[in-house]
Amino acid sequence: MTVASAIGTPQIFALVDVNNFYVSCERVFNPHLENRPVVVLSNNDGCCVARSSESREIGVKMGAPWFQLKELAQKHNIVALSSNYALYGSMSDRVMSILRDYSPNMETYSIDESFLSLNGLGGLWPSASAMGQSIRYRVRQWTGLPVCVGIGPSKTLAKLANHIAKKQPRFNGVCDLASMPSAQVDSLLANIGVNEVWGVGRRIGLQLHAAGITTIQQLRDAAPSWLRAKFGVVMERTGNELRGISCLALEEVAPPRKQIISSRSFGQLVHTLPELSESVATYMSSAAETLRRENSVCEAIQVFVQTNPFREQDPQYSKGITIPLPNVSSDTRLLVRAALFGLKRIYRPGFAYKKTGVMLIGIGPAAVQQLSLLPQHGAGDKSQRLMQVMDKLNGIYGRNTVSLFSAGSRKSWTMRRENMSPGYTTNWKDVPVAHAR
Amino acid sequence: MPAMTTIIPFISPSKTPALPPLPRAALAPTICRLPLLQYRISAGFPSPADGYLEEMLDLNSYLVRNKTATFFFRVMGDSMTGANIHDGDMLVVDRSIEAKHRHIVLAVINNEYTVKRLYYHEGVIELHAENPAYAPIRFQEHEELQVWGVVVGTVSRFVV
Repeated sequence: MTVASAIGTPQIFALVDVNNFYVSCERVFNPHLENRPVVVLSNNDGCCVARSSESREIGVKMGAPWFQLKELAQKHNIVALSSNYALYGSMSDRVMSILRDYSPNMETYSIDESFLSLNGLGGLWPSASAMGQSIRYRVRQWTGLPVCVGIGPSKTLAKLANHIAKKQPRFNGVCDLASMPSAQVDSLLANIGVNEVWGVGRRIGLQLHAAGITTIQQLRDAAPSWLRAKFGVVMERTGNELRGISCLALEEVAPPRKQIISSRSFGQLVHTLPELSESVATYMSSAAETLRRENSVCEAIQVFVQTNPFREQDPQYSKGITIPLPNVSSDTRLLVRAALFGLKRIYRPGFAYKKTGVMLIGIGPAAVQQLSLLPQHGAGDKSQRLMQVMDKLNGIYGRNTVSLFSAGSRKSWTMRRENMSPGYTTNWKDVPVAHAR
Repeated sequence: MPAMTTIIPFISPSKTPALPPLPRAALAPTICRLPLLQYRISAGFPSPADGYLEEMLDLNSYLVRNKTATFFFRVMGDSMTGANIHDGDMLVVDRSIEAKHRHIVLAVINNEYTVKRLYYHEGVIELHAENPAYAPIRFQEHEELQVWGVVVGTVSRFVV
């Protein structure tokens, strides 16, 4: 096949997405959560990041702060759970490995959704919808998780089809816009707001409304040149995608990262340098682990501290500092030393700190060693072997089995996760109970 | 604290290989490998093949048929001792297997996971314990039996 004909070849994509993923994961292992309103809260039990359909119905909004919901929660008996990322990650792996059996070309778009390319697979199934139903059945049967499947000739249309499959029960969880009669597509698109299009946020949605475009059908039928002139090349591309011209390819391999950030808010306000140092060392240890997992090294690090801007009664302070390394490295010891060196310079006593974090910058592949005339810090064979052993031990025996002493062991500043479910699938101590009675 | 200074690279960055090296394969911490001796040890002269390790035995491959659909549960109670399932054992549960008559299943009863023998014969659906102290549970026509998965094995550990 020549390149020219490959470009003209029509594409077909499926987007598979788990319904209410975090809540659904919790329900697999806790039957008490069925048929009642459930929400999952973000880090530090701050905001609602996942809702069951029952919670949606009683008016729980996505992103709503939990303290504002407490009254509603009491009235309707809402169960609020802290996020259990170990569980969600392990369930996500299972779903993705099932999906990989359906297509050799897959892009894992997020923890709970994947694009599959269905090119050339048409002969294996009576129809794309039949394949979609098979995916739905198998994921549900094997993992207990409900999924919806959207199918379309572009990623944007597959994403839209998925939205339709979720919202409109008559599709039974699978919507195929690629083989739908055009009159039916038109009537669907005429009845869905333009904000539901992939990549159209609230702000652009308002601009489109102001220009008279309120439905997806109107956006699809707008002249490409007009879209480009008024909203830019990205919107022109979205218009093309809606017309079934695939412009966005499957990204099967995530591009290497440009930066790694590890930062989090504290469960309670932190005042002293030793406590801040512990948290910075911990975040840096985890960032360095990520760096080594990607076989990369970094050239510099940045560390920052921040008070809570929402506590207006408190004096405010926030500051960051960048520390260049003497040589590229991925050695936890050197990176933590650099971070603590930076922290000492920006720390000011007398403030109540809410957040610290670190960022690794100038990330490049580890293979390219830059030779130096000066002695190397945190580089070379010995450092590499030590870090390998550390990562291996932490991989086998759990996170933080081996860590730097500066990361501390008291961790009074750690995340608040008051109502976290057990590690049902990730820790032998936490596997669920089967009663024999 | 040594001074943190930057060093200007004297190797041109254009020599960077286009592709990053392949990352290490992840360790699977649950795998327990036991060496399998392919040849029997006989009296007399040792076989020259002795000591050759043919392959590694992996308990996962013995217990788990479908990794994606397999989950573990801890047994609590003594109603299944007749099937050699004891308090504290680890159940291996496969969700991809269709539950049939005589299978040991994990069912959801009163919002709890319960391990029982499935009796599904000539229109009668019951869950049986494997201990005479426990009565079977019979399901009427309008009732729904929710089978979570099929138990394909157990693992016991002894105090040593």
